[in-house]
Amino acid sequence: MSLLAVRGLTARYGDFQALFGIDLDIAAGETVAIIGANGAGKSTFLKAVTGQLAAAPDAVVYDGRPIGGEAPHHIVRRGIALVPEGRQLFPSLTVEENLLMGACVGRTGHWTLQTVYELFPVLRERRSAPGTALSGGQQQMVAIGRALMANPRLLLCDEISLGLAPIVIRDIYAAVPAIRAGGTAVLVVEQDIRQAMAVADRVYCFQEGHVSLSGRPADLTLDQITQAYFGM
Amino acid sequence: MEWVNAVVQGVMLGGLFALFATGLSLIFGVMRLVNLAHGDLIVLAAFLGVAVVEGLGLHPLVTLVIVVPAMALLGYGLQRGLLNLTLGGDILPPLLVTFGLSIVIQNVLLETFSADTRRLQAGALETASIELAGGISIGWLPLIVLLLAVAVIGGLQLVFYRTKIGRIFRATSDNPAVARLMGVNHRHVFALAMALALAVCAVAGILMAIRTNFTPTIGPARLLFAFEAVIIGGLGSLWGTLAGGIILGVAQAIGAQIHPGVQILAGHIAFLAVLAVRPQGLFPRLRD
Repeated sequence: MSLLAVRGLTARYGDFQALFGIDLDIAAGETVAIIGANGAGKSTFLKAVTGQLAAAPDAVVYDGRPIGGEAPHHIVRRGIALVPEGRQLFPSLTVEENLLMGACVGRTGHWTLQTVYELFPVLRERRSAPGTALSGGQQQMVAIGRALMANPRLLLCDEISLGLAPIVIRDIYAAVPAIRAGGTAVLVVEQDIRQAMAVADRVYCFQEGHVSLSGRPADLTLDQITQAYFGM
Repeated sequence: MEWVNAVVQGVMLGGLFALFATGLSLIFGVMRLVNLAHGDLIVLAAFLGVAVVEGLGLHPLVTLVIVVPAMALLGYGLQRGLLNLTLGGDILPPLLVTFGLSIVIQNVLLETFSADTRRLQAGALETASIELAGGISIGWLPLIVLLLAVAVIGGLQLVFYRTKIGRIFRATSDNPAVARLMGVNHRHVFALAMALALAVCAVAGILMAIRTNFTPTIGPARLLFAFEAVIIGGLGSLWGTLAGGIILGVAQAIGAQIHPGVQILAGHIAFLAVLAVRPQGLFPRLRD
């Protein structure tokens, strides 16, 4: 059974419809990537799954329960945590306080301050610094650590490589195996196709609010992906 | 020496202004809500004190045990039941609703307690004082007010920077939408902040009722003092609010020393001077 089963998900911003009947599955412990160009609906999809945009109850089924349209603070308590686009650290809080905010959910498990600091040792050194005083890559580590502190069963990552240098992106993605090892399913939304293909068990490509392609990275050809990504 | 005395008395008066202002500052800091009924809520607390003193015969300071929790409960309910509905992208609805609330509170107090001038009698405490060299005397009551103001603001500072709920207040203030992604119910958090603010209002109201005469309609003037103290100190900074209250108090005391008629005016002039020279206030929170 899927941990997350999305069926016929539509989403709109006022009069503008951004998603048209998306079907998508994530099994427990699986890593899935969503790729697509700007405006394909990737971030909208995450917003609908996390309750930030209205969704029909049955369109999002998590762990066998319909959760579409629930409030964001209820959905995260169920075990779906989001690393939001642009990191969105709390500027008034230190690194450690930002991490502790993730634990407000009250779920217990593998992830604690201790284990997050083991995953990203540099954060331990900067624990008392304001979150926004860190470099972009370190801020991304805080954002990921903060989401992990909720001990999610499903971690959603929105464009975690955006605006970062390739070497920093490599460091960030190096954390994914450790996250998977704890049994957490990971959904990454990426514009960087190469990165997405390298990390994911399965890939979905979005185009103008539809799923234009899905499959295992090894089964997909470059032509297929280019066609699905750009619509050419 | 008269001038030194004026400054000393002004500092202690400033303690009361700081208490008026703290709740306003806290509410604005956490949810960017300007509560125009703030002064009337202070007066409401003062009248609650009157009711408790008349009903149970307690010493005015002891009424805090009842009035503080009562105001906190009222604050939670008010936020959950009314003010949360006004929060959103537009700043106009909260202004209109709290302005209306101000009128409602004043009229309910007029109906219930009449327009008579009231005061809470604190017995010997009102006249007890410490005599210092040079003819300066410090009243115990004003001193207690100042010390309570420092204690309340120090306590709030500890809550904000050393506790989990304080961390949640600051995070929600930074970005309520992202705080919700951490499992925070922002409506509950806002209501807790309002409960805390009205608890401080209760302390301010009771102390005001012991220090000065009051009627149901003096709320808006208290709001003005509170607003001036917050702006002088800088938005979002609690210690700044204490400093703002003290500066306002000293300005008023010096004004009164020049001529009793210019006491209030001197406070407004000090406020305008700060606004002209440092529009962001003296101690604004760095991030803003």
